Amino acid sequence: MTIAQPALGASRRPSRLQKLWDSLSVVLNSRIGTVGLAIVVFWAVIALVSLFWTPYPPNSSLFVQNLPPNLTNVLGTDHLGRDLASRLMQGTQVILLKTRLPGDTHIAIPGGVALWGVFGSLFLGAILGLNAGYRGGWWDQVIMQVLDALIAFPVIVLYLVIIAALGQGDLVVIFAITITGAPGVARLVRSLALDIKTRDYIRAAETRGESLAYIMYREILPNARGPLLVDAMLRVGYAIFAIGTLGFLGLGLPPPDPDWGNMVNEARRNIFLNQWAVIFPSLAIASLVVGLNLFADGLREEITRYQK
Amino acid sequence: MATTTALDTSSITYGHTGPVLKLENVAIAYKVRGGEIEAVQNVSFEINRGESHGLVGESGCGKSTVAWAVVNFLGANGYVKRGNIKFLGRELTGRSGEDLRRLRGDQIAMVYQDPMQALNPSLRLGDQLKEVLTVHRGMADAEAAKRSIEMLERVYMPDAADVMRRYPHQISGGQQQRVVIAMALLNNPALLIMDEPTTALDVTVEAAVLDLIADLRREFDTAIMYITHNLGVVARVCSKVGVMYAGEMVERGIVEQIFKRPQHPYTQGLMRCVPKLGADKASSMLYPIRGRVPPPNSRPIGCVFSPRCDYAQERCRMERPALRTMPNSVQVRCHFAEDIDPSQWQPSEDVELPTLREVVVSEPILEVQHLKKYYEVSGSALKDILGLRPKRDVKAVEDATFTVQKGRTLGVVGESGCGKSTLIKTIIGLEDCTAGKAEFMGFDITCNISSRDIKLIKELQMVFQNPDSTMNPSYTVGQQIGRPMVRFKTVPKKQVREEVIKILQAMRLGETYYDRLPRQLSGGEKQRVGIARALASHPNLVLCDEPVSALDVSVQAAILNLLLDAQSKLGTTMVFIAHDLSVVRFFSDDVAVMYLGQIMEIGPAEAIYAPPYHPYTEALLSAVPIPDPTAAQKHIRLEGSVPSALDPPSGCRFHTRCPQRHFAPEGGAVCATQIPPWQETSNGHKIFCHIPLETLRTFDPVISHKEKD
Repeated sequence: MTIAQPALGASRRPSRLQKLWDSLSVVLNSRIGTVGLAIVVFWAVIALVSLFWTPYPPNSSLFVQNLPPNLTNVLGTDHLGRDLASRLMQGTQVILLKTRLPGDTHIAIPGGVALWGVFGSLFLGAILGLNAGYRGGWWDQVIMQVLDALIAFPVIVLYLVIIAALGQGDLVVIFAITITGAPGVARLVRSLALDIKTRDYIRAAETRGESLAYIMYREILPNARGPLLVDAMLRVGYAIFAIGTLGFLGLGLPPPDPDWGNMVNEARRNIFLNQWAVIFPSLAIASLVVGLNLFADGLREEITRYQK
Repeated sequence: MATTTALDTSSITYGHTGPVLKLENVAIAYKVRGGEIEAVQNVSFEINRGESHGLVGESGCGKSTVAWAVVNFLGANGYVKRGNIKFLGRELTGRSGEDLRRLRGDQIAMVYQDPMQALNPSLRLGDQLKEVLTVHRGMADAEAAKRSIEMLERVYMPDAADVMRRYPHQISGGQQQRVVIAMALLNNPALLIMDEPTTALDVTVEAAVLDLIADLRREFDTAIMYITHNLGVVARVCSKVGVMYAGEMVERGIVEQIFKRPQHPYTQGLMRCVPKLGADKASSMLYPIRGRVPPPNSRPIGCVFSPRCDYAQERCRMERPALRTMPNSVQVRCHFAEDIDPSQWQPSEDVELPTLREVVVSEPILEVQHLKKYYEVSGSALKDILGLRPKRDVKAVEDATFTVQKGRTLGVVGESGCGKSTLIKTIIGLEDCTAGKAEFMGFDITCNISSRDIKLIKELQMVFQNPDSTMNPSYTVGQQIGRPMVRFKTVPKKQVREEVIKILQAMRLGETYYDRLPRQLSGGEKQRVGIARALASHPNLVLCDEPVSALDVSVQAAILNLLLDAQSKLGTTMVFIAHDLSVVRFFSDDVAVMYLGQIMEIGPAEAIYAPPYHPYTEALLSAVPIPDPTAAQKHIRLEGSVPSALDPPSGCRFHTRCPQRHFAPEGGAVCATQIPPWQETSNGHKIFCHIPLETLRTFDPVISHKEKD
């Protein structure tokens, strides 16, 4: 096995980062996982580069409208004569790198809308799932019934309701992703907690008189790490998809930053004139989502093999 | 060997006269990432008709691999690398799957450890039995059914015709294993492979299954290959035995000779690891074998056992010994087998032995009176939900009364489902108790742990059974042992590391283990960490729930020694649960025998294991497999299985299975109606039975020796 083992004998404790790398590096053993990781890393690098450099300013109409790919504009231009490549590059930022706070402040917090949305659903879902799974009884009944009711709503209707109620904005999209993702995470965490709570080390913690919170968050949650990580990767993919969908409906991330879904929506009107402006943003969404899915698959495959 | 079986035996030999199974210098390898591992090397043995050949050894020694090689069940990456496996004179190695299937046909049958997994839960037992005959022999359905019922009767299955219509979950574990054995015998196989068939069963059930196997060996002409880790089981059912160590056969011969005079140092070491039934910690000692079984890819060049052997010399480290036949026709793989005299053996200095302290009878630390624990069963029918039907209870612990004195150990024995675990869960506070009184150091402990004072919680800790789940896989050894110290603030935060290392050293693990994760530890090491964690807060009472039953014998000996040592150094009081009666006798000062939530007999250990017995204790003792073929044991077998705790029998709970009931007043009629009295013999030894003490005293001891040497 080529899994990174913490150095024996050394009195250095494995740091949190190293632990995360330990869990992630197993993915390199899997071929599809490596392909997925490559695609994800590609987009992450694009996002980082776009912070400092894009071929042209993404929001200025410098060129002729609806150009096909050519030497000046590698991916062509859109219906307003903006460079498509620059807009695609810039579009990764809102998904992966920054979240713009509301108001005219132009302040952004690090971490894209998709990542914060998934983090939100993990956070909320883990709390609900742990309480339902470990405490059981009425806690379980009430939490799971509410979540099941939430799952029964079509996701897109939930999005529309939330955005209609709260208005457009990055934070609202994050909130919407959190609310729609949390029930799924909660179910996963609940099932893991139901299994883990039968182990003897949980009995040992109980006989030490540990608090409920300690047992749930310190004893159970770390052991749910593997499946949660895989689920999180899949969910980032879904979140990007959701942002694309919302953008297409015109309800997604507000301008000025280009949004992939919105790009598809706008280019759609000229689809008979210029197909490229539809194809490239669609490809961008698809490739990132597929990349994350492959990565998650590879991770799951290797993590489960590792446990045997 | 003439047999009078009603079944057709002609098909099993095809006129072949040699051994049924013959292995010659077999080596079995598994291909793994980056090379291959030779799991088994140079194994040769043969099994004749009507013979039962045991294979013993610790886990990871290649016993099961040998069996799988015979049935070509090695998986995609395993193969027989060298040597020949001959079945009825025909070579099995190097043939294709289809060829093998035809060659072996229905002539090799296998019985696995867990009967529940060997039977299909969604098919009736009758259909599963008949299928063996209709598929392999093309027999008609009615004929197959008749044969199946006959076979079930042969394995002493009560009510065989009825069992045919049942599903696997409707019969008990012991009966399931009988069905599996019956299924294996249906085709009259020439070779029957049994891989730990009784390990998952209770002693009393195990004894009955072992009796059955011994009977079958006499009646059928089948060759049996019997794999087990339990020396006592070998002594009971096998005629020959091979001892395996690290993929090699180190000693092989007739069972009586191997047990009487083991010649290989490993076999000798194994025998010293197991407590004899009746031996206690004051008069005898367990000597664990130092070190551990080397993994297959790092075996030594010379003798595989040399790193752990007390007699190892230069030659042993350089040259691998061959399997030699000794004058008494026992084969031994040792250069110096002739020179080794086990009676002159002295434990080497690095073997961990406990220092025992005389326990003086002192004040009681734990007093339990009439403790009851009922679990409410909530039905799922509408009537139950609406509360129209009276609530039903599982009466897990009915009436437990005992005291444990400071510094002493109370052992609790009984079949599974007798409420042993519930009892200690209630004491430690994982469960509320339903009624009764329980006091620990003067504190009331009838309440749940959440309403106990932290000082009280600190004094009560627990050691668990399963080494694989006793440690949280996400934290290092140091963090897990340190946690109780931080939690109970027994040690200032800065000194926790120091203190943990001290405890690790006391557990003979050393500082290097501090930063290891559980997956980097062996089962025995995990169990040591579990004990260290329980002892870290210096509790007054440690509850041990089967702490050694999942471990190999040599590891078990080391862990028992460790517990004894810790107990004598720290003066800890212990409650020790185990299903192995020899271990409980060895480890405990006092013993309580439980049956269906009721303590049946309680008293000093030596009094429990000698007459007068409670009839249940007597049955338990006569069921224990003893690793000594010369010992004669009384033959008492309990009928049926433990009744449901939902609706326990009235009067004496044991009366439905009691083999001695006719000795009780009124021919046993009182047993069903009246709760028996506590009869005190002497010195705190109490028996919960209607049979007068005078009668109980006349019973013979369960174990006697045929010949003294």
